[in-house]
Amino acid sequence: MTALLKHPGYDEERLQRVAEQLPCREVQVGMLLSLMGQPQQYSYPSVFIYGHRASGKSHVMHVLMKELELPHATVSCVECVSVVLLFEQVLLSFFGCDAASLLPRSPSLSDFVRIYRQQCSQSPAKQTRYIVMEKAELLRDTDASLLPALLRLQELVEDNVTVILLSEIIWDKFRPNTGCFEPLLLHFPDYSKGELQQILSQNRHSSYSAEFYSTYINILLGVFYSVCRDLRELRHLAALNFSKFCEPLVEGKVKETDTHKLWKHIEPHLKKAMQTVYLREVSSLQWEQMQQMEEKEAGALRGLSAHTHVELPYYSKFLLIAAYLASYNPARTDKRFFLKHHGKIRKTNFLKKNEKTSNHLLGPKPFPLDRLLAIFYSVVDSRVAPTASIFSQISSLVTLQLLAQVSHDDQLDAPKYKCAVSLEFICAISRTVNFDIVKYLYDFL
Amino acid sequence: MSKRKAKDAHLPIGECITQVQQILRERFCERQLPDRLDGVEAQYKHLLELLRRTAVHGESNSVLIVGPRGGGKTTLLQCVLRDLQEEEEVEKNLLQVHLNGLLQTDDRIALKEITRQLQLENVVGDKVFGSFAENLAFLLEALKKGDRSTSCPVLFVLDEFDLFAHHKNQTLLYTLFDVSQSAQAPIAVVGLTCRLDVLELLEKRVKSRFSHRQIHLLSGLNFAQFLERVQMQLSLPDSFPDNKFAQEWNASVKTLCEDKSVEEVLQRHFNSSKNIRSLHVLLMLCLSRVSVAKPAIKPADLLEASRMCFADSTANMLHGLSILELCLVIAMKHLNDIYEGEPFNLQMVHNEFKKFLQRKSSSIYNFEQPVIMKAFEHLQQLELIRPSTGPRSNPSGKYQLVRLTLDHSQIMEALQKYPQCPTDVKQWAMSAFG
Repeated sequence: MTALLKHPGYDEERLQRVAEQLPCREVQVGMLLSLMGQPQQYSYPSVFIYGHRASGKSHVMHVLMKELELPHATVSCVECVSVVLLFEQVLLSFFGCDAASLLPRSPSLSDFVRIYRQQCSQSPAKQTRYIVMEKAELLRDTDASLLPALLRLQELVEDNVTVILLSEIIWDKFRPNTGCFEPLLLHFPDYSKGELQQILSQNRHSSYSAEFYSTYINILLGVFYSVCRDLRELRHLAALNFSKFCEPLVEGKVKETDTHKLWKHIEPHLKKAMQTVYLREVSSLQWEQMQQMEEKEAGALRGLSAHTHVELPYYSKFLLIAAYLASYNPARTDKRFFLKHHGKIRKTNFLKKNEKTSNHLLGPKPFPLDRLLAIFYSVVDSRVAPTASIFSQISSLVTLQLLAQVSHDDQLDAPKYKCAVSLEFICAISRTVNFDIVKYLYDFL
Repeated sequence: MSKRKAKDAHLPIGECITQVQQILRERFCERQLPDRLDGVEAQYKHLLELLRRTAVHGESNSVLIVGPRGGGKTTLLQCVLRDLQEEEEVEKNLLQVHLNGLLQTDDRIALKEITRQLQLENVVGDKVFGSFAENLAFLLEALKKGDRSTSCPVLFVLDEFDLFAHHKNQTLLYTLFDVSQSAQAPIAVVGLTCRLDVLELLEKRVKSRFSHRQIHLLSGLNFAQFLERVQMQLSLPDSFPDNKFAQEWNASVKTLCEDKSVEEVLQRHFNSSKNIRSLHVLLMLCLSRVSVAKPAIKPADLLEASRMCFADSTANMLHGLSILELCLVIAMKHLNDIYEGEPFNLQMVHNEFKKFLQRKSSSIYNFEQPVIMKAFEHLQQLELIRPSTGPRSNPSGKYQLVRLTLDHSQIMEALQKYPQCPTDVKQWAMSAFG
């Protein structure tokens, strides 16, 4: 590790500080530093760094730039809704606010390069200037010439400047049609389980021993590692559930060393956390409150998705049921389901070659309005007049996004719809009107 | 101190390394023009002669330099210009206008840039006044007023020429070529492009005014020349302050290039591209490993750098997926096999995954649908799967049709390298069902 920290041109004390802040990233930092070279030397025009979310891309860049006090501009492409903001940010951090104010009202790349050159001739770079672009994948959606121009910015402005792009997506998906100046690719690998354990164990609670906390992290990783490797997510979960883990200790039931009992206590709790707080069904605040309320079992609180129950008028419910049936049943089977004098239904007779996979796998099919109304009259017991209110209920179901209008070409004449609700939802609805929907569904025959 | 003495002076090793880094970095970042050009002598002569005729005799010319990316088009032009500038007559006579298709994205901006670079009368300081029409009329007037004998020749360099052809009506190109055809101020238009079909992009009237002179820079390098180029790129110039170090360095570079394993690596690079710029990336990576403790490039450095260059980035990303995400990818692979590349949705993937779980007795992977959905969305964010074309009609993501952007072999390879991959998952991926 110390060998990696010997980079001429940089202060050794500062390098030491950098190394302390970047655990498990020694190889990458060493690589980056040696590529950057000494501050006054030229660095490669563009470097593209890719890696999974929370693999320390931005953090490494941030710490390096800050600790080594290199001239840099950090730009997040999410914030830059227009290129103006990007140009302003870069000019501001390199040359001060006077330069940024030189930009005309709607600047083009040409203006930016002109002002940059102008400023640069007044204050030439003594050190390599770095432009760090976070979330670089969004650059693809902006002006087509922006990305190629940034990649060869060093040549365009004739200054010692390096553009560093950070992204989750691989470079192959960035390359423009006619090609561009190829950047230097650098990969930040994911943290292994051991490294995650090491990093997570660092921010331990001061009132407990290090081994105790690392046991906790170990258990946490045991539950979550197969699903989630995102360091930030894991850190958040670790912080949320630690108080629950300590509970038996506070009550004096077990000792710190009794790992098995601790595990038994926390494991179901963590499993529940995966279904609730990991999916943001229950917010972190609610989860913490729940942990404090002893008597209430965790997860008894209804999550976000449990709030899908909606109150609908009587006919709307039937309209929705009819729409669901129309969406998930093939039209050929309507006669057998909804006419009075039908024979025995045998599924094998119906099966066509392309219908082997059920509709619940393929998703809802569109249906015309006529079919919806026909099924509606058949499933509603009483006589219903086709009044304006029925039709307005259909369109209000569309605005509630329970139905979706498929083709927008014709508003009045023969519109087509799709049902956009799930099976659980429609089952709940049909239960309230005492309608057995499963009996009518072709897939469950 | 005499010159000879300065040459013989020994610098401390740290100083030498710094110098080496400085010189080679500038070379690899293409911040420095080479002293002589290799392999393009004919093109060089042609272009130099052409531009001299414009600069000295006031002949109007137009030429396109066509070649692949990183093929040395800009270097060629800049070398020609540098050598042209050395002639006294040219230096005080020739005006240059440099435009880039990436920066001057439409004619209005380009026109302003031309006016600015020519420092015409409607420029005050750095600002250009007047509307587009006024500017154009003004520029045309200024060019028309001149003739062969009295006015200064102007050289227009259009980098990324193909992008100028996408401007509306190609007004700028038409104007420039028209001036170069008629007896107005002498101008030379030099276009640089990497598109071989660039003439097809031009409008008929523009094309007819272009002289159809093209200089092709297609690399006809063979491997022996390529090796020579590598050695040349790495060697230090004679002007290096510490003569002894430079000699040692050059000798070590020579032995490096003769090494068998190095030759193999370079052959691999040569086979994938003859491009000098991609070679620069490789050499830059090598150079970054040179330090005071290790003051020469070893074959191992080159091997390591080449490994980095050839690393498959998709495989790197697959390595970092969680087990659940990997299982979904395998399920998608099976779906691709069964339904022959038809698009699929989350439901089908989940169904396939459930089938795997049913066949297996233990149920450690029994995840809820929302957890699987989250993993699926993560895959979508990484663009390992992309929505299949067609309108996105249903608002819920469950039934959206997607396609896998991975290859069969990529998945299998990633699976082999995956750390602590469960055996049953591996077997499931291997099993040729469907």
